[in-house]
Amino acid sequence: MTASTTDPEKAAKGPMLAADGTPLKKSLSRALRVQKLRALALVAPLLIFVLVTFIAPIADMLFRSVENQIVSDTMPRTTKALGDWDGTGLPPEVVFEDAYYDLFVAAERKEHTRLGSRLNYELTGASSLFRKSGRGLDELGEVYQDQFKDLDKNWDEAQPWAEMMGSDDWLAKEAAWEKGERLPKFELRDGVDELLPRTAEQYAAFATFTHNDDRKSLLKEEPWSAVHTALYQDLAANDYSGYSGPHADMLKAADTLVASPDFQTLPFKDGFGEIDKDWLEPGIWRTLKLYAPKYTSGYFLNSVDMKLTPEGVEARPQNERIYIMLFKRTLFMSLVITCSCILLGYPVAYILSNLPSRTANLLMILVLLPFWTSLLVRTSAWKIMLQQQGVINDVLVWIGLVSDDARLTMINNQFGTIVAMTHILLPFMILPMYSVMSTIPKTYVRAAKSLGATDWTTFWRVYFPQSVPGIGAGSILVFILAIGYYITPEIVGGTTGTFISNRIAYHISTSLNWGLAAALGSILLAVVLLLYWAYDRIVGIDNVKLG
Amino acid sequence: MQDTGTSDAFVAFERVQKSYDGETLVVKDLNLSLPKGEFLTMLGPSGSGKTTCLMMLAGFETATHGEIKLDGKPINNIPPHKRGIGMVFQNYALFPHMTVAENLSFPLEVRKIGKSDREAKVKRALDMVEMGAFGGRRPAQLSGGQQQRIALARALVFEPELVLMDEPLGALDKQLREKMQFEITSLAHQLGITTVYVTHDQTEALTMSDRVAVFNDGRIQQLAPPDILYEEPENSFVAQFIGENNTLEGTVAEINGDRCVVKLDGGEVIDAKPVNVSKVGERTRVSIRPERVEYNKDRLQQGAHTLKAKVLEFIYMGDIFRTRLEVAGNREFVIKTRNAPDQVRLSPGTEIEIGWLPEDCRALDAN
Repeated sequence: MTASTTDPEKAAKGPMLAADGTPLKKSLSRALRVQKLRALALVAPLLIFVLVTFIAPIADMLFRSVENQIVSDTMPRTTKALGDWDGTGLPPEVVFEDAYYDLFVAAERKEHTRLGSRLNYELTGASSLFRKSGRGLDELGEVYQDQFKDLDKNWDEAQPWAEMMGSDDWLAKEAAWEKGERLPKFELRDGVDELLPRTAEQYAAFATFTHNDDRKSLLKEEPWSAVHTALYQDLAANDYSGYSGPHADMLKAADTLVASPDFQTLPFKDGFGEIDKDWLEPGIWRTLKLYAPKYTSGYFLNSVDMKLTPEGVEARPQNERIYIMLFKRTLFMSLVITCSCILLGYPVAYILSNLPSRTANLLMILVLLPFWTSLLVRTSAWKIMLQQQGVINDVLVWIGLVSDDARLTMINNQFGTIVAMTHILLPFMILPMYSVMSTIPKTYVRAAKSLGATDWTTFWRVYFPQSVPGIGAGSILVFILAIGYYITPEIVGGTTGTFISNRIAYHISTSLNWGLAAALGSILLAVVLLLYWAYDRIVGIDNVKLG
Repeated sequence: MQDTGTSDAFVAFERVQKSYDGETLVVKDLNLSLPKGEFLTMLGPSGSGKTTCLMMLAGFETATHGEIKLDGKPINNIPPHKRGIGMVFQNYALFPHMTVAENLSFPLEVRKIGKSDREAKVKRALDMVEMGAFGGRRPAQLSGGQQQRIALARALVFEPELVLMDEPLGALDKQLREKMQFEITSLAHQLGITTVYVTHDQTEALTMSDRVAVFNDGRIQQLAPPDILYEEPENSFVAQFIGENNTLEGTVAEINGDRCVVKLDGGEVIDAKPVNVSKVGERTRVSIRPERVEYNKDRLQQGAHTLKAKVLEFIYMGDIFRTRLEVAGNREFVIKTRNAPDQVRLSPGTEIEIGWLPEDCRALDAN
């Protein structure tokens, strides 16, 4: 074999080479890269716009429907402690203790009301319970604060506390601090967290709050009563006769006071009971335990008229069920609106597509005319037309078809919503139908007739099947628009003609239950996607033409 | 144009007129009849009214005046679907949402023919156009030529006695068109069906038809078999429209039975056959086919008038030579000669003398 005969064989087995010897694929992709980059640069502004204004909000909405971090963020210790509780009867004292410290900080930060509103979605009354507790917790701590204060005024002074809890290094910096500067980061004195573990923790929490939220020096701010409560707990638990740190005599005196039988104590459970008797019911604790995880299915269950209970998922009582009915109504009415749009739009599109283009364009303006009028104006016009003292009723009464005392109710119900929305969405049905129909050659109709088909057979067997893509496109458009419609059902829907979107809007703007609104919205989105998928399977998305 | 033998006509147009806007006539006084089994082509430039005539026959347009008869019965008021006329459309008009077999089955279904009968007929029709294996395909999956065959099969499957074709081969390439021309004619003759065929392609008309009706300006200019049409055009329009043609303008100098002398505008005198000139002094346009022009004096008649010509261009076309001459001021005068071994190849600039047999030179109207 000579070289000349083996070469092409080799070339056939190896990768194809470009003229300069680089592999052809590499050469090609390099040539295409510039084109791709240019195309990307051209779509980039829109892509970013869509990403920021469309994709990101939707992702955020989907996330909100399961997000539940507020409970564990606001009450980290309590949620942890509740994990060990079996859920029967009342939780142990330690849970009340954690709840006290958690809620105390939350109340100072004014976060307890937000948590209350969140839990109120699951347990009625939680909101007022938390609001009330924010005030009541101070009283619980004041039992100890007052006794320590009576013993030694210094227990209610900022300076001694800071000296006792803070490191020397930090104390020096804090003392040198002047308004407008950054506050030095609080550091615990060496060993104090072992000596007075609870107090150190609470003081640190107080320090963080005072520094970060109040922007005040710890040398000027006397600690809040939770610190005194913690001090009592520490003193009661340990012996401090050997303590030799700053203010040793002050602490020793307090230790002696706590040990004396005259010292008043108040168990946390009783303290909570004094604030509100509801704290001594298992309900609120169960709810807290149930919604302790960072993510919850609660909003979605709520959206389908179910609820999360310690025993598992169960249906809501009959009188609280609303969403399934609203979803069904939304789907049903959207379907009715789509069908009436098909029935009204098909003949119009047919006529338009068979007219000479001059006349067709003129008539098309009439179809598009509603687009140029405000949606609100059109909807309000229907209100005027359909109401009991409205134009249609007046005419019917005048003709004598309806007696004056039996005027028809055509607004603030399903009928009104269907009429108004059919009118508003009709152009979305006619336009795709028209554009599909005008591409159907007239020769098909002629061919069918020449083959012996009657007018009806020609229409039904030849014309109609070819216009189906237009019906499909129009139906998808109208149905998807209808299913998420808000303003028209809001104005003319009354109570029986409102859609799920009205409920979503209510939760977004009135009840502020965004999680539930997000869950409802997500379900609506899923339903639309599901229908779209089903439509693709049955009709075929290739059969949809917009022109 | 009055056609003879209307009594046994299968299709007859009687004084048919058609106007779309009420101001101008698209078809002016059409009289035409064709016997059973004939292949008639309506040929003409676009806008000449040929398609309108076809549509009136099919029933898609109504005649403004006059009567159209099918098998002796007036059909003006019969809707198209009851006429039982097969039709092949320019773009085939195969229903895109049906398979080939369903397309063919459609005319049988609307005629309520039983299923087994239907299947047999569809199969026979598909076999007839050699498309038996394509019954399950959609029209979009077929090539242009295949679609054309299916359209033909569909027009024939319900066994109509009359088939109309509206420029059915317009969308095909030249080679396929020639093949289909042959197939359509042989099929039509084999089945004995009467065919009315509309085209603007004169070659198609000449090769396929029994008779050709040349349309212009809403009238039939001439109705004749292809050879007569080519060799004996009755007026200037037909002479110009069919085939290649040389024209010279002049005045009739004398008429002598079937001979006349024409004095051309340049002063030369030629012999011609008077066709539609009747008196001396009339303006005329004489027409000579390029292949009938002679420049070899031996082949001309004794005493025949000749013209001086100057060779402008010589084009070698393989089977023939095409030579462009300047004759009596006409620089587009073309002669065609066969590529024979002894044939002279005229080089540009050569001065020659040309002539022709008087019967090949037809003195026609001057319009």
